[in-house]
Amino acid sequence: MTHALATSHRSSRRRFLKGAGQVTLAALTIGFEWGASGRRALALADAVKTAPFAPNAFLRIGADGGVTVIAKHVEMGQGAYTGIATVVAEELDADWSRVRVESAPADAKRYANLAFGTIQATGGSSAMANSWMQLREAGAKARAMLLTAASQQWGVPVSSLTVEQGVVLERSGRRKAAFGTLVARAAALPVPTTVTLKDPKDFKLIGHEAPRVDVPSKCDGSAQFALDVQLPGMLVAVLERPPRFGATLLSFDAAATSAVPGVVKVVQVPAGVAVIAKSFWAAKKGRDALKVQWDETHAEKRSSADLMSEYRRIAEQPALSARKEGDVQRALGAAAHRLSASFEFPYLAHAPMEPLDAVVRLSADHCEIWAGDQFQTIDQANAARAAGLAPDQVAINTLYAGGSFGRRANPGSDYITQAVSIAKAYGAEGTPIKLQWTREDDIRGGLYRPMYFHKLEAALSAAGELVGWRHVIVGQSIMAGTPFAAMIKNDVDPTSVEGAATLPYAIPNLSVELATTHVGVPVLWWRVVGSSHTIFAVESFIDEAAHAAGQDPYQFRRKLLEHQPRMRGVLDLAAEKAGWSAGPLPAGRGRGIAVAEAFNTFVAQVAEVSVDSSGVVTVERVVCAVDCGTPINPDIIKAQMEGGIGFGLGAALYGAITLKDGRVEQSNFNGYRVLRINEMPAVEVHIVPSSEAPTGVGEPGVAPVGPALANALFAATGQRRYVFPLNKA
Amino acid sequence: MATTFVLNGESETLDADPDMPLLWAIRELAGLPGTKFGCGMALCGACTVQVEGAATRSCVLPLSAVAGRSVTTIEGLKSREARAVQSAWIELQVPQCGYCQSGQIVSAASLLEKNPAPSDADINSAMSGNICRCAAYVRIRAAIHAAAHALKA
Repeated sequence: MTHALATSHRSSRRRFLKGAGQVTLAALTIGFEWGASGRRALALADAVKTAPFAPNAFLRIGADGGVTVIAKHVEMGQGAYTGIATVVAEELDADWSRVRVESAPADAKRYANLAFGTIQATGGSSAMANSWMQLREAGAKARAMLLTAASQQWGVPVSSLTVEQGVVLERSGRRKAAFGTLVARAAALPVPTTVTLKDPKDFKLIGHEAPRVDVPSKCDGSAQFALDVQLPGMLVAVLERPPRFGATLLSFDAAATSAVPGVVKVVQVPAGVAVIAKSFWAAKKGRDALKVQWDETHAEKRSSADLMSEYRRIAEQPALSARKEGDVQRALGAAAHRLSASFEFPYLAHAPMEPLDAVVRLSADHCEIWAGDQFQTIDQANAARAAGLAPDQVAINTLYAGGSFGRRANPGSDYITQAVSIAKAYGAEGTPIKLQWTREDDIRGGLYRPMYFHKLEAALSAAGELVGWRHVIVGQSIMAGTPFAAMIKNDVDPTSVEGAATLPYAIPNLSVELATTHVGVPVLWWRVVGSSHTIFAVESFIDEAAHAAGQDPYQFRRKLLEHQPRMRGVLDLAAEKAGWSAGPLPAGRGRGIAVAEAFNTFVAQVAEVSVDSSGVVTVERVVCAVDCGTPINPDIIKAQMEGGIGFGLGAALYGAITLKDGRVEQSNFNGYRVLRINEMPAVEVHIVPSSEAPTGVGEPGVAPVGPALANALFAATGQRRYVFPLNKA
Repeated sequence: MATTFVLNGESETLDADPDMPLLWAIRELAGLPGTKFGCGMALCGACTVQVEGAATRSCVLPLSAVAGRSVTTIEGLKSREARAVQSAWIELQVPQCGYCQSGQIVSAASLLEKNPAPSDADINSAMSGNICRCAAYVRIRAAIHAAAHALKA
């Protein structure tokens, strides 16, 4: 059913629109539009309570019949707003062209991420998975109330009524009433405690391809990001931070800075020295003129090469167990064939296109924030602490985020607290101040995907069976020292070992071990988190084991996944669609396969590469199969797989943040190279039909692409690569 | 110092530091926020505008350099080609986070205004200066071809 409309992007969208009773392009201009002045942003906090019919925290319907869905998750490109609206509108039987989305205020009581417990936050590809039932119920209860309202109005039983596209109608066809005409009556009704949800076979939006609510405004420049917030009297701040992580301010001389026209004030804040000016350019020029002395006594001064050689030594020492089955030492000792390999992965920056920015208006008893905020209630608490206020004195307006990839989901709320502390140092008298990072601030700002060293050993029996597997991981913990540290059990940070400790292959003797290092470089989750490196190592090494066993790498995996039907399902689908068994490719070409589970979503990919006589690598094509449970919007799933593949390829080919004596060597997109259009392969995405609960798609597509590429390169060249990225800048 | 130029078809005079990049002048002084800041070094293309019809990185171009010239931003794109690009962008659901898309669309419109039937290689050469971290590149390419096709009809 979910694929009934899925043929190609173009035809499926036209058919969707036809099915929805809309055939013109104008029907696409729906959804989430900020007023040019940002006035709506100011009104957000009051929006819910002034609604005529707001039966719960997730929607309201106006007298004009317009349906506003309240999104507790940030829209950072992953399609959350559209997914959330789709689920609500489905159960409500709303007219999709009358649905718009508004961001929720920060409120852990109403808007907690149910996957995380008591915080409002977006991450771990959980937006749809955690809210699926919550949103269905919200829509269904509102629908039930509108039905009751109509039944009272007409004096007929509810059973004689139905709802179609925002209109309640008698099944006889006699009378009908648009939602808007029923809201006053519906608002006076009690909210039902239980409600029957739709049978999935009746879904009209879920599983089809509703056009994204955010796309029109992102095609004409009107979509509003924090960068675009302009408030009366607003000033712009640029922050000078230390050149090494862990350095502190000794002194500064702002004489030349203060002489720059437009500079208003220079203030010291915990993170460094901020130049506050009437324009970004004045603030930036002011910062360029600033003279700062730093105390680097306690700063991290090691280089990446020093750290990696230390990690290599640590990998030879006893580590903590993350998973243990059988006796791996014995299996390795008794192996007919034993192999080992080690992998080196660098620090990675997220580098979202929007250099981080936030607007803060702080007064003595209130703080209002505008940002592409991802961790609303954590940011609220951190902002309150920085401002010296209580959390309920901090309001957050979540705007569109110009990318994140994990960067905005930081437990210390770095850019938010910097902005608040600047507003506080300025005087906390109500002047709005925008903190604007430059790209250099972003690339050198820390909170990187940690650097890791992986050592793997495998034992093969004489028959070529994989009987032993030892995997040692060395690197920093992301959760240590944050409120998420409660999730660290037995000193093993789950984000360091996910994808490795959850190895899906049936191997009788298995040991996954972790050595956590302590380095003065702040680290953070980066798209697909642990699986960004663990799957890379696992899927490269399993490939190597297959070749050592003289077996086809696809079939070798397949046998070991006998009890993993969904894993095997995507593996088979990707192999079939890629023509894996169609025979060898011409010389200089190679195919590689990899499979992963991340955040309960299963993805397999086959990469096809060509290598020319001078060694230049071209990724020609990636075929992707994904099983994310019930596909809510197949087109967005495809988009996330396409984008995840490009994001992962960029990292595998070029991505590296490196330190030289503690200083970050990269500063912009010249040194920190990311994938460009000329390097993007053709991508084919196949979605496994499923009626399981939906899981996320923002991150999982990233996991298999690196090892699929590395395995394809081996197939093309006979050479394995163990140090990443493949191309050093 | 005042600089006078044509902005989206109308005469505009902005009084600013003449070395202020055009990007910040049009965003903060002219109040047109559609053009984005991504790198400040002409490396990512988020700030792309047209100067005399040619795709130009506004983050490194001093305001003074456009005196007497014509500048078109995402807000002022009106050519047939630009409309076709925007329609194709919606039709193929190109944007994800959307932050780079003003620059992508200005670059794509500029390409089609000069070359109504670009090849993949032409697209690579015109668009490789525009980074999309969401890597919506498959759809950007498809949408340019779709726009070219629509313009032929």
